[in-house]
Amino acid sequence: MAKKVLPDFIPLLRRMWLIRAFEEKASLLYAERQIAGLLHLSIGQEAVAVGACSLFRKDDYVFGGHRSHGHALATGADINKLMAELAGRATGYCGGKGGSMHIVAKETGFITATGVVGGTIPLALGAAFAAKERKKGQLAVVFFGDGAGQAGAFHESLNIASLWQLPVIFVCENNGYAEFTPLSAHTKVERLAQHAQTYAIAASTVDGNDLFAVREAMARAIKKCRNDKGPAFVECLTHRMRGHYEGDPAKYRELSQLAEWKKQDPIARVERALRKKKLANSQVLEAIETETRALVEKAAEFALSSPWPSAENVESMVYV
Amino acid sequence: MPEQTFLDAIRSALAEEMRRDLSVYLFGEDVALGGPFGATKGLADEFGTNRVVNTPISEGTVMGLTTGAAIAGLRPVVEIMFIDFITLAMDQLVNHAAKLHYMSGGQLRIPLTIRVQCGITGAMGAHHSQSLEAWLTHVPGLKVLMPATPADAKGLLKAAIRDDNPVVFIEHRGLYWTKGEIPEKDDVLPIGKAKVLRQGDQITIVALASMVGPALGAAAELAEQGISAEVVDLRSVSPLDIETIVNSTKKTSRVIVVHEAVRQSGIGAEIAALVQEHAFYHLDSPVLRVAAPFAPIPAGRSLESAFLPGKNLILEAVRRSIAFG
Repeated sequence: MAKKVLPDFIPLLRRMWLIRAFEEKASLLYAERQIAGLLHLSIGQEAVAVGACSLFRKDDYVFGGHRSHGHALATGADINKLMAELAGRATGYCGGKGGSMHIVAKETGFITATGVVGGTIPLALGAAFAAKERKKGQLAVVFFGDGAGQAGAFHESLNIASLWQLPVIFVCENNGYAEFTPLSAHTKVERLAQHAQTYAIAASTVDGNDLFAVREAMARAIKKCRNDKGPAFVECLTHRMRGHYEGDPAKYRELSQLAEWKKQDPIARVERALRKKKLANSQVLEAIETETRALVEKAAEFALSSPWPSAENVESMVYV
Repeated sequence: MPEQTFLDAIRSALAEEMRRDLSVYLFGEDVALGGPFGATKGLADEFGTNRVVNTPISEGTVMGLTTGAAIAGLRPVVEIMFIDFITLAMDQLVNHAAKLHYMSGGQLRIPLTIRVQCGITGAMGAHHSQSLEAWLTHVPGLKVLMPATPADAKGLLKAAIRDDNPVVFIEHRGLYWTKGEIPEKDDVLPIGKAKVLRQGDQITIVALASMVGPALGAAAELAEQGISAEVVDLRSVSPLDIETIVNSTKKTSRVIVVHEAVRQSGIGAEIAALVQEHAFYHLDSPVLRVAAPFAPIPAGRSLESAFLPGKNLILEAVRRSIAFG
């Protein structure tokens, strides 16, 4: 029997660290008021973004939500341009017009984030429709949280995706909290994958803090879409270790809960697994953290030394 | 030039654009069956149900879906069966279709046409009769068209489909069976241009869609009384062709705006504001508005007639304007 070739998980771990380091830096800059607006961090959810996006093609369409720095970075978005966008600078991906909640990095297939919960789910359907017509095996994927599961757009979209057998993957990051409220206060449906079953969509619920489990579930979903066998739904159970947005003291959560989650830190889990399998030693792992933190420091320097967009740009690009 | 109904003009514009450009797709409730008024009749036979796509009654999601398809390279035309139901799709239309080009710093384009029909045609009540164009003009990133004749309907619908921005194309149901001459050549009209339909030098009547007919009727009656009225068909509600209106104002020094939508915060208010900004010293009287009362649209026939503005109200407004001094 041929020896199973293990994928190289080091680049994936590096990408997870890049997201973690990027968001921790963004958090500091926010506290220093170098970044303004609303900042929703995905610290603790990196395994979902990286597990999923590491399997996509460059011509796939990736849609995020309001908590999507990680998704954009997982598609390979440039950290300098992303940090500059968060800081509202001319060198940002959107020239300072988008900001944290409206990231677009078209060059890497990250089509858009949104400030409207559940808002990108229908957009992903449309990209999947175009992909299906083009017949090149492209797919669309949309990341959203458990809070979107009670929105009309979610249910209408699941219905149409199933009806038209669109190549779209719904990735639900069930982090247990819709803004400040636990999921149980918004719905009696404990697992959002149950909704997919209602609409006859193949669904699975996985440990979203387990990079390997996310990749396995996503690989199955992707295979289905590439072969034009209709949509798929992957529910990833995860935790956000920060408040809803930066500045949210998150008093609605128990401290003991947070301690438990920290044990489930998706980055630490990958590191433990790599060590156990002797695929990486402490030296290699520490270097990954150090290197990514250095890259992020440079991104912050780039962003904060970049020019502000000129005032004339206020009314540019309203129309093509 | 051959004559066509407004509906035929819509249908032939869609068919010609679909033949010309394979990325043009139609979406909407019952569009593959021709729709409730026959605007898409026969198109599924010619282009197949892959390109003429029936959707479930999920306006919000269908608006988002067609926006996403536009981002991904198609040139969709989505039909919202009645403008009253665009309320269900406002989130996707306003927050995504209208803003994604701007918010993305130009990375994304949304070449999307939204066809909707509107207006009062007889006892359909408050959920199938509204004129909501003014709401849409308040949204940067959207273009809003409202043709009054079959030729304009055809030329402007083609322009909307070829435009790289989201364009809301509003069809007044009462005009569907009116006839007019259609140029035989592929006539794409520019977006954002009003049209002077009747020359005059004593008063300007700016009207749109269903109110163009009554405005022309009023102008004919005024001519018999020796009053020379100029009639401007707005055609494009956003962008507004303020230049044509101001030029007419400079000639006549009096302006009346006529629309079927309710008066408060209607497009007449915007036109009045622009006229006083651009031609204040040319005005001999205040800009007056002829519009529907500020009420939901009643369903009963007698109340509906009382609600609907028309020729008599226009004539009364002209008299008031001239009496002002």
